Amino acid sequence: MRINCWLAILALLLSSCVATPLRGTGDLGLIIERDVGRVQVVDTSARIVLASISGLGDLSHASVVFSRDGRYAYVFGRDGGLTKVDLLKRAIEKRIMQAGNSIGGAISQNGRYVAAQNYTPGGVKVFDAATLQLLADIPASYGDGKLSKVVGLVDAPGNQFVFSLFDAGEIWVADMTDPTQPKIQKFTAGKQPYDGLITPDGRHYIAGLFGEDGLALLDLRHPEKGVRRILNGYGQGEEKLPVYKMPHLRGWAVAGTQAYLPAIGHHELLVVDTQTWQEVGRIPVAGQPVFAIARPDGRQVWVNFAFPDNGQVQVVDTETQQIVKTLQPGRAVLHMEFTPRGEEVWVSSRDDNRVTIYDTQTLQTITEFKASAPSGIFFTHRASRIGF
Amino acid sequence: MIIAAILSILPSAASADDGVSQARQLELVKLVRNDCGSCHGMTLKGGLGPALLPESLHNSNAEALRETILRGRTETAMPPWATFMSEIEAAWIVEQLMKGFPDAH
Repeated sequence: MRINCWLAILALLLSSCVATPLRGTGDLGLIIERDVGRVQVVDTSARIVLASISGLGDLSHASVVFSRDGRYAYVFGRDGGLTKVDLLKRAIEKRIMQAGNSIGGAISQNGRYVAAQNYTPGGVKVFDAATLQLLADIPASYGDGKLSKVVGLVDAPGNQFVFSLFDAGEIWVADMTDPTQPKIQKFTAGKQPYDGLITPDGRHYIAGLFGEDGLALLDLRHPEKGVRRILNGYGQGEEKLPVYKMPHLRGWAVAGTQAYLPAIGHHELLVVDTQTWQEVGRIPVAGQPVFAIARPDGRQVWVNFAFPDNGQVQVVDTETQQIVKTLQPGRAVLHMEFTPRGEEVWVSSRDDNRVTIYDTQTLQTITEFKASAPSGIFFTHRASRIGF
Repeated sequence: MIIAAILSILPSAASADDGVSQARQLELVKLVRNDCGSCHGMTLKGGLGPALLPESLHNSNAEALRETILRGRTETAMPPWATFMSEIEAAWIVEQLMKGFPDAH
């Protein structure tokens, strides 16, 4: 009897050792499986799927930010679900429904606040990153009390959140010094801001405008100067082509001292100098760009496209500003994510249920694996980057 | 017997098809869920674009909706889809949207 008891305890100890070996999270990530409400936990060193976690609701559009210790992922689902996933236990730590229709989120500079940007009801909600308790509700009200859909939410230095109001055409800066009483500054941006980015140094916020030929730039060090229009009239004299999917902006667009931004309604990348904010070039590409993402060293920019050109990925050499390769990873390429230092990039192909890993030096496929309608791919090194 | 079995899996008298083959219907369902879904949501309850559920469309005119699909709507983000489908196919999509859109599976 006593021996049995000891054996049972020993077995327990052994099994717990097997279940949770000590490890870091710096080479972990999540892949969204959009049609089944599931995420895969992946290891980018071993290039393997460690676990699948179900029960995250409607992930038909989803985005992820990470806690600053890189252990937890906050997954923002389309249905307003906010799910905190423990990458080490490979399980859901906590899940709340915080809105009716949501588009993404951000985590504050100090890592203590998680903010969700919502379409319905239009606004931003701020939660305690540890407990997911609601700290502040910021309705995006404009005009005579209507609520605007919110896009382009980012964290900014000084524990601020910055976001854009699609319907109101405004940029708001929320100071979270007192997390329950955010102080809001409002700026006129232009017609239909569809997404936003903050430069990697945390200084400039840029909102892309769907309704105008240009982008809105706010210098967060000098907000008193207001919003400045950049790349104004970039489409003049050219016929505007239909846009079958809105581009996504993030700080990844910046490579060295230049930003590579998707034109709206033109099959081009606009190259802008981030010191002067003047246009310095244009690169014709295969379709309406959706993501233009710089390799971490800035030497390449990888681009994917809206329907119907979404089976291709193009690689731009930033020295020559030429496309060096057009890849065909699969049908409906939705996202690309570089490993922390950029030697590999993982690419999701929704309609081929596949993730392909490329060597960014040789531009050859290293391996591929199955995933169910994969969309977003998010690696933990985002935890330490401003604007991710 | 075999013929009866084959007949039983064919669409019933092709009535609701309006000249859109079943294979094409499946393509259109995927197109709507995935590509229209970029803005209207995969569940069609809305995103940057408005909801396309039966309850949100019940006051809309079917022909106007078909025209919106084919030609787009100026001053909004709605693009024209006439390059990718016929008028009959757009009308079929509207019909399905108004009665509850089928699943992609």
